[in-house]
Amino acid sequence: MSALLKVESLRVEIAARTRILTAIDEVSFEISEGEILGVVGESGAGKSVTGTAVLGLLEKPAYQAGGRILFGGQRIDTLGEDALRTLRGKEIAAVFQDPLTSLDPLMTIGDQLVETIQTHLPLKAGEALERAGQLLAEVGIPAPRERLRSYPHELSGGMRQRVVLALAFCCEPRLIIADEPTTALDVSIQAQILDLLRRMCRERGTAVMLVTHDMGVIAEATDRVAVMYAGRIVEIGPTATLLVGASHPYTRGLMASIPDMRRREVELTQIPGSMPRPDAPVSGCAFHPRCSIAEARCSVERPDDVVIGPSRVACWFAGDTSRSVAR
Amino acid sequence: MGFVLGRLGQTVLVLLVAAFVSFSLFRYVGDPVNNMVGQTASLADREAMRAALGLDDPFVIQFFRFVGHALQGDFGISYRYGQPVSALIAERFPATLELALISMLIATGLGVPLGVWTALHRGHWLSQLLLAASLIGVALPTFLIGIALILTFSVWLGWLPSFGRGQVVSFGWWSTGLLSWSGIRALVLPSVTLGVFQLALIMRLARAEMLEVMRADFIRFARARGLRPRAIEYRHALRNTLVPVVTMIGLQFGNVFAFSIIVETVFQWPGLGLLVIQAIQFADVPLLAAYLVLIALCFALINLAVDLLYVAIDPRVKAAGLVGRAA
Repeated sequence: MSALLKVESLRVEIAARTRILTAIDEVSFEISEGEILGVVGESGAGKSVTGTAVLGLLEKPAYQAGGRILFGGQRIDTLGEDALRTLRGKEIAAVFQDPLTSLDPLMTIGDQLVETIQTHLPLKAGEALERAGQLLAEVGIPAPRERLRSYPHELSGGMRQRVVLALAFCCEPRLIIADEPTTALDVSIQAQILDLLRRMCRERGTAVMLVTHDMGVIAEATDRVAVMYAGRIVEIGPTATLLVGASHPYTRGLMASIPDMRRREVELTQIPGSMPRPDAPVSGCAFHPRCSIAEARCSVERPDDVVIGPSRVACWFAGDTSRSVAR
Repeated sequence: MGFVLGRLGQTVLVLLVAAFVSFSLFRYVGDPVNNMVGQTASLADREAMRAALGLDDPFVIQFFRFVGHALQGDFGISYRYGQPVSALIAERFPATLELALISMLIATGLGVPLGVWTALHRGHWLSQLLLAASLIGVALPTFLIGIALILTFSVWLGWLPSFGRGQVVSFGWWSTGLLSWSGIRALVLPSVTLGVFQLALIMRLARAEMLEVMRADFIRFARARGLRPRAIEYRHALRNTLVPVVTMIGLQFGNVFAFSIIVETVFQWPGLGLLVIQAIQFADVPLLAAYLVLIALCFALINLAVDLLYVAIDPRVKAAGLVGRAA
């Protein structure tokens, strides 16, 4: 499989009032055609910023300060606004967290679908409407033709997120940036939406960058995972590998925090402390104050990436089995 | 329909309260009989007059008589002019309405586009300049603007008349200055004077609302859908901005109509404001009472129109109205 999306050493800075903060730094990853990459981490780790940068939607005071973003072999982070706009919605689509606020409240669902379709595809109004109806049927909305005339407030949260999915898929994109697509929904609806997203992507061979802080979603839906911590990717590799044998102590902590129904654990594992904020960066490895295996050098030198099997890890002790066992 | 009927009911209630307040005026500004009979009148003459005017009856009966007469357009005889109040008001009404309409037309026609423009071009020097100018527009007292305009355009340049309505054309009881050149020329300075504050206010509100809406999630999602900037700004952002702006324009129109007293005084505009300021000096209670009821009627009608406009702009209001009827 060739790389559909390639992000190289991406760096995003935020111009705060008195100084420049680093939101993400040295972020590199690839997504192949049809692959679902999960991006996981705590709030503020830089997951959403990474997705926003790929979409080219960074807004002041945030800006891309370094690195390259390639889509289908073409560099897109240097494209002009107009060229980027024709890419957005057509080749790279987005699904955002809150379906309640993602749709224009004053416009019918049909109109919003038709305007998106007609922006990118040379279809007549009737054909676009036809396509809009088909899409609503595909995302599992009952009575799709009637629903085209509905306003967003007339639908439930789950139905609205289905509409958002229909909007994302309406021009057959090759990549979808899904930023916490199920977080704002009821638990019972979350599984349905996730399932729908995964099925539609598999059917069409659409790749997904699935941003989430829900480890259950990662285990459920992704092929590979990138774990972000304090603006960097600390470990990236196949989901199956990371679930059972993660190399970075932070990833292991995360995996241990997934509740397991088969085991009768009273308490879930916690990682003590909290992640450093961009306005108070930590020297060396950003995780060292919370790390159980940290040594003196961890607080001074930033670890380089190490390739271990199919994974890439940023830890001085990656691959050191004696340490990784004793946690 | 339930929505409209409900609003109509509220309107009637508001008018009744206004009528009550106006009517109460009669009871607190002394005995009208004193003004009407001469100083040499005997006590018997006074009693006869009192009985003829129905002032012996209980308060409630007097009030309903007042309302009954008012419904037939009869507000009694002006103390000062000795003419029916309704005729006096009908004669002055077109001048004030015309002035108010034109000034709000100027204020809205310029205020909304300027507000939107300054919101979309925040850093632009012209935007900063307009914003500073609007602050002056809000802060300057109306009479000062009027005098400055008279000084500049009437005294120094001699382009426009400084007082009066110019030549008017009559259609039945309605008279308009819009159909003669001198009438239009006479309208310029007063309507600009009256409109400056409204213009500044509308512009600032439109700008603030537009900025708010441009930060909304559905605008970000519209960008992610790759819509053209024009479609995002005008089809999505502007429509969502209009709801609060329309409300304020409606209320301000009521204000402009009711309180054009200062402008009418400065420009000797033969409208209601001038009539009322003279009525206040003379304690011409029937005229004042009728004026109050008329102003209440105007506000009520404007509010009704604004509510109906809401339904046209925002589909959620319609839904809320229907729910209200069902409950």
